[in-house]
Amino acid sequence: MGDEARTEICITGFGGQGVVLAAHIIGHACALIADKEATMMQSFGPEARGSACTATLVVSAAEVLYPYADHPNILVAMSSDGYDKHAPDLAADGIVVYEEDLVTPQIGPAQQGYGIGSTRIAEELGRRIVQNIVMVGFFTAVTALVSEEGMREAVAASVPAGTEEVNLEAFDRGFEYGRELTASHRDVAAPAG
Amino acid sequence: MKTDPKGVLTGSHYLDGDFACGEGAMAAGCRFVAGYPITPSTEVVERIANRFPLVGGTFIQMEDELASMAAVVGASWTGTKSMTVTSGPGFSLMMENIGLAAMMETPCVVVDVQRAGPSTGLPTMVGQGDVMQARWGSHGDYELIAMSPQSPQESFDLMIDAFNLSEEYRVPVIILMDECVGHMTEKVVIPPADEIEVTPRRLTEVAPDDFLPYQINGQLVPEFARAGDGYRFHTTGLTHDERGYPGMSVEAQDANVSRLVDKIRVNAGDIVRFDEADTEGADVVVVTYGITARVSRAAIDIARGEGVDVGSVRLVVVWPFPEQRIRELAASVKGFVVPEINLGQLVLEVERCVAGQAVVRSVPHSGGAVHDPQTIAAAIVEVAR
Repeated sequence: MGDEARTEICITGFGGQGVVLAAHIIGHACALIADKEATMMQSFGPEARGSACTATLVVSAAEVLYPYADHPNILVAMSSDGYDKHAPDLAADGIVVYEEDLVTPQIGPAQQGYGIGSTRIAEELGRRIVQNIVMVGFFTAVTALVSEEGMREAVAASVPAGTEEVNLEAFDRGFEYGRELTASHRDVAAPAG
Repeated sequence: MKTDPKGVLTGSHYLDGDFACGEGAMAAGCRFVAGYPITPSTEVVERIANRFPLVGGTFIQMEDELASMAAVVGASWTGTKSMTVTSGPGFSLMMENIGLAAMMETPCVVVDVQRAGPSTGLPTMVGQGDVMQARWGSHGDYELIAMSPQSPQESFDLMIDAFNLSEEYRVPVIILMDECVGHMTEKVVIPPADEIEVTPRRLTEVAPDDFLPYQINGQLVPEFARAGDGYRFHTTGLTHDERGYPGMSVEAQDANVSRLVDKIRVNAGDIVRFDEADTEGADVVVVTYGITARVSRAAIDIARGEGVDVGSVRLVVVWPFPEQRIRELAASVKGFVVPEINLGQLVLEVERCVAGQAVVRSVPHSGGAVHDPQTIAAAIVEVAR
């Protein structure tokens, strides 16, 4: 669409999993902290309140002209319904970031997949509701779209007052898991590359 | 004068167009909102209902849109900056009282976050089918102002201008937003209060005994007396004389209605506002508004890649329409391309002004999505050849 360095992100899950808040945090970090253009759109209606809910982001160095993510470069899937609905649109060289206990992705030959048991981790923290923030931490580590500090700041600014501590802990757990996973990917890839 | 800092949430925010619109209203000094929440405009009043207790405003969730618009007219006559918020189906119901506001010369703002129609249509999906309704929706002859934002930032900024214009000309100002901009979240920068200039009500200094509410003294916009300030007056939707009393004559009708129209037509040069880019030497000019203006810029990039010399006119103020500028451009270009998320509305206005001097090509879309930029680009290339 003429936009420089345009990254399209699709985040999908059940309504109630915090899909929209996850997208809002990533967009906040990109737009207000990393000084990029970040345009977020979200699904409205009954789907946002139970069934497959989706939010999209277009992140770009230049003004975002076309606001929708028709062919995402990154698909964040927190439910298998959401994955099934949006996986066909993923770019041929796209990245899938997924909840590994809920989603079994089919990763294409040029695609990369990164899975995390984000719900289990959130349950270990005693608050299943922070699953989306675990995922945001994991997303930050595996995509490196925005710095860890920038995304932490966005999490703290976006969650309800009084819940910052548990949310930042959730973020850190997801981030650590992602960092270890990508380090091991690199270890495996290094001899071949 | 500078705005009241209580309503100004200075800083950088990540907000959707609806929230930004609500913040813009509060920053502009709006302190009364009556509405009947409807998708995709609900978040505007949600924001206002949350923040008004801190700002010192009054929000009333009314029983319907007729009452909402009537309450806005009443509140404005106390001198309070007032608005309502709706979408297509509610906008239709407001038309009678928008006409009343125009006839009584009541400053007010009406936000219409457009969804695809007709009727209840597609509640959560985008449309731009209310653009002619905004201009012609109420019966009889009157003029008003309509503006169309293309981003959450502009949804904030234009609210300040909308309230100011409504005060200056004593007319309803329509904000023609669309679902895409309303539900789009982007960075919105809200300036400090001392950088926000607001237009106060044109309060009269004439003593109560000598005051006539529609005496114009050679101007086009009468002075205002607030209800409750000790002025005895009458105002009505009936054709009225300078006392505000019904005047059932051809002469009274001509004086009253001609002035309603003239106060906008005569001042149109000051009110029209558009962003013009790359029109000098252009073969094709794209005329757009709202979200379609952004999508069209992606199309313009594609068409340029194919060697077409293309410029654009983005209407920030849709009504009054920039007739003179379109006529001038018509003399030098091969054609105009008019994409809009309806089956061809504002294109009729472009055709009227072009008057056969150049090709005018509509790029219609029946609603529910924005255009594919390739479709607009193809129309640009075709008109150029």
